[in-house]
Amino acid sequence: MTTDTNLSAGDARLETNGRSPHQIKPEGFKPPKATHRTQHVLPGFHASLGITLTYLSLIVLLPLVALVLRPWEAGLDGFIRTVTDVRVVKALQLSFTTAFWAAAVNLIAGLVVAWVLTRYEFPGKKIIDAIVDLPFALPTAVAGVSLSSLYAPNGWVGSLFDPFGIKIAYTPIGIFIALVFIGLPFVVRSVQPVLAEFDAEVEEAALTLGATPMQTAIKVILPSLAPALITGFSLAFARAVGEYGSVIFIAGNMPYISEISPLLIVIKLEEFDYAGAASVAIAMLALSFTILLVTNFVQVLLSRRGRA
Amino acid sequence: MKVKAPEAPKSPAALGLMAFALFWIALIIVLPLINVLFEAFRTGVAPYLSAILEPDAVSAIKLTLLVAAIAVPLNAIFGIAAAWCITRFEFKGKGLLLSILDLPFTLSPVISGLVWILLFGAHGWFGSWLDANNIRIVFALPGLVIATVLVTLPFVARELIPLMLDQGTDEEIAAVTLGARGWDVFFRITLPNIKWALTYGVLLCTARAMGEFGAVSIVSGHIRGLTNTLPLHIEVLYNEYNTVAAFATASILAGLAVVTLILKTLLEWRFADELSAHRRH
Amino acid sequence: MTKSDASRRQFLKTVTGAALMTGAASALTACGKPATQSLLNVSFDPTREFYSAYNSLFAKKYATGGKAAPTFNQSHGGSGKQARAVVDGLKADVLSLALAHDIDAVAATGLLAADWASRLPNNSVAYNSTILLLVRKGNPKDIKDWGDLVKPGVQVITPNPKTSGAARWNYLVAYGWALRTNNGDEAKAQAYLEALFKNVPVLDTGARGATTTFIQRGQGDVLINWESEALMSAAKDGAQFDIVYPSLSIAADTPVAWVDKNVTANGTEALAKAYLEGLYDEDAQTLAAQHFYRPTNPDVLKSFADRFPAIEQLNIDKDFGGWTTANARHFEQGALFDQISAKIFKA
Repeated sequence: MTTDTNLSAGDARLETNGRSPHQIKPEGFKPPKATHRTQHVLPGFHASLGITLTYLSLIVLLPLVALVLRPWEAGLDGFIRTVTDVRVVKALQLSFTTAFWAAAVNLIAGLVVAWVLTRYEFPGKKIIDAIVDLPFALPTAVAGVSLSSLYAPNGWVGSLFDPFGIKIAYTPIGIFIALVFIGLPFVVRSVQPVLAEFDAEVEEAALTLGATPMQTAIKVILPSLAPALITGFSLAFARAVGEYGSVIFIAGNMPYISEISPLLIVIKLEEFDYAGAASVAIAMLALSFTILLVTNFVQVLLSRRGRA
Repeated sequence: MKVKAPEAPKSPAALGLMAFALFWIALIIVLPLINVLFEAFRTGVAPYLSAILEPDAVSAIKLTLLVAAIAVPLNAIFGIAAAWCITRFEFKGKGLLLSILDLPFTLSPVISGLVWILLFGAHGWFGSWLDANNIRIVFALPGLVIATVLVTLPFVARELIPLMLDQGTDEEIAAVTLGARGWDVFFRITLPNIKWALTYGVLLCTARAMGEFGAVSIVSGHIRGLTNTLPLHIEVLYNEYNTVAAFATASILAGLAVVTLILKTLLEWRFADELSAHRRH
Repeated sequence: MTKSDASRRQFLKTVTGAALMTGAASALTACGKPATQSLLNVSFDPTREFYSAYNSLFAKKYATGGKAAPTFNQSHGGSGKQARAVVDGLKADVLSLALAHDIDAVAATGLLAADWASRLPNNSVAYNSTILLLVRKGNPKDIKDWGDLVKPGVQVITPNPKTSGAARWNYLVAYGWALRTNNGDEAKAQAYLEALFKNVPVLDTGARGATTTFIQRGQGDVLINWESEALMSAAKDGAQFDIVYPSLSIAADTPVAWVDKNVTANGTEALAKAYLEGLYDEDAQTLAAQHFYRPTNPDVLKSFADRFPAIEQLNIDKDFGGWTTANARHFEQGALFDQISAKIFKA
């Protein structure tokens, strides 16, 4: 373990999370703060790492090992047959693409909402801030029933689109709506603390140096938000991929068309096919985990570019 | 560090952004909420009250609060420990640790419940040992708690890590250099700095813990009055064609979420001086 | 709590302990009396009101026999999911599920005798239901029988047979009707099912979801559903639809059984048996009829003839060779329903 305070390989690894302040500030603008020093200076390394590792092992790793070891009674063939079945492949495609687009829309909408909530003062702001968390608190099944009643052809919103022949509920668009609903708080709550704590001096300096507010927003603030935005995006995406309760009420659940992957897991459980259910689950987990690793990698790239 | 204070929107761009944000929240969040309330009060106030005062509903509320009261502090302590070691020290395998920390988000709720059955169910790894020793985990309170802990595990840590990285360690190191002890550093310097992110994390964790449906549904056993949490009680009511009661109960959960946010606002007022002192720094 | 008492109700123990900690013990006052026995009935979704009425009826009768009135715990959920929970360790004393297949699945793990169905009268079916059609008020599409469901322009709402027990009953009647109409020609019956599922715009995961889709969301022209749920909706949601009794239906048998291993461990064997046998008593049969289930006692059924019209019914054992055969032929992975789905939706 290194004890140097320079930006070393160790720092790059730390910044797989990508939140060093160095990346956002023009060099020489302000002396960079030392973000991390040696474990000899600050106390509690062994205790905190011990708690973290024990807790993660018991709550996350042990159950996942049980999951990963489950499907092999039918051999590798059984696993491959399950996950290459056209119906499973279609469901995985559907889950991952709708989750991607929902997270992408949330990325933009969530950024705007977080910006408005931290930068502007207006009546009722506290209430709006409060209800952003509603998708967390409302049980997903309630959200599903409520959304399907709004977006069904006879619903408040669905009836606006029905005359144009656009069906929202019971199509993949309905799935998209449900995933936008459950994902929004992830982006807002990831961005909000960083935006709230953003160093105003940097922003003021940019403005003093002649940048327009727009330029300041895009060139100074946005890059520093990038890690938080990527975190928000990947959390919203990961959550959306696995979502079940709110989706099944609005999806239509037609095989090959609007059938999501978690529904296939439930179907396999109904058949007492634990191995098949675990196979689909592992496929989903592997795909999501790969995507998380990719976004982590993107964060590393961003933080390096920011520092260069 | 100086932080920009919020101000009234003036420029057209600001007004435009605000209009979009309000429209989006109205469409995505407020409309479904109004719909829930509309259904809950469809037949008037009396059926609403009788639905939420019914003994099974009351015991579901108690159980939901109990589960959250156990799961959230566990995850908060874990979150602080994880954020401390990740942001304050350099060690091998940190990237992997971070990715594992995110894993619970990628799990479908269905899976987050199923894994506990694979471990503690009658045919699970520890099933026969638990049975022989008369220990109940799944289909009892411990199962509800661990499923909730798994689903909500990353919330606090994920809120703390970006902020603690951003803030750096200057103040803490200065304090240690001046002879401050470990817990003093934490309570006097770190905790005030991360207070709001910690509050956010705890609130999100609480909201999610109370609303969790999929994972809990698999490990609950759905025994009315004993292992039915609020979301499960709602499902049962709905499946009994008791729509009004189902939505009435759902509105309690929405209300609990708003209560936690009101608590946060109260905290902000209470600690306003301290907060501005921190910002003046 | 003494140790012997705890062994009788181990399930409650953990919950009670935690509840005491938080002062929530008031909800569980019954635990304080050691002589009281408690019974966990794991059932499917829409039986709650019936069983809460039956539980108090039974408790009163049981107490007059000089014993302490038992307390009851009820668990309700999707039938297949409930069976899985019991297999995975939910300590049910008695099961009352939507399909014999789900109880068979529990029996397959050795928790109860494989011949459980023969232990109580009428194949352990104390009450059942049947499958019928719901159409929009005034029946605008003129739907009278199964043949009308495949007409072009008719939209049919039924849940997914992969996730819903009710949907399996729906599917089997439709198939049985098509076989009969085509003199046993399986290819034609299969073609009928293909045409039927082509007319299905939404496959909900359960009977309740399908009912909502049809009634509240206004989707589809006809809903295939349990008679019990149709009558219950009619009582609760008013007359937004008409009920059509088709020329042929099925005896949707919803059997009951006690779980041998659990009642032995809990010492509730006698109580569980008495509880289930009591379902066949005339007062319990009447109660079932009042909660929209068809009583299997023919005299009681007759007295509710205006609620439950006579209808020709197929039988799962006689006409489909029992659930094991029917599942293998129709519902398992890669079986007929999956083939039909692949054919009409894959494109």
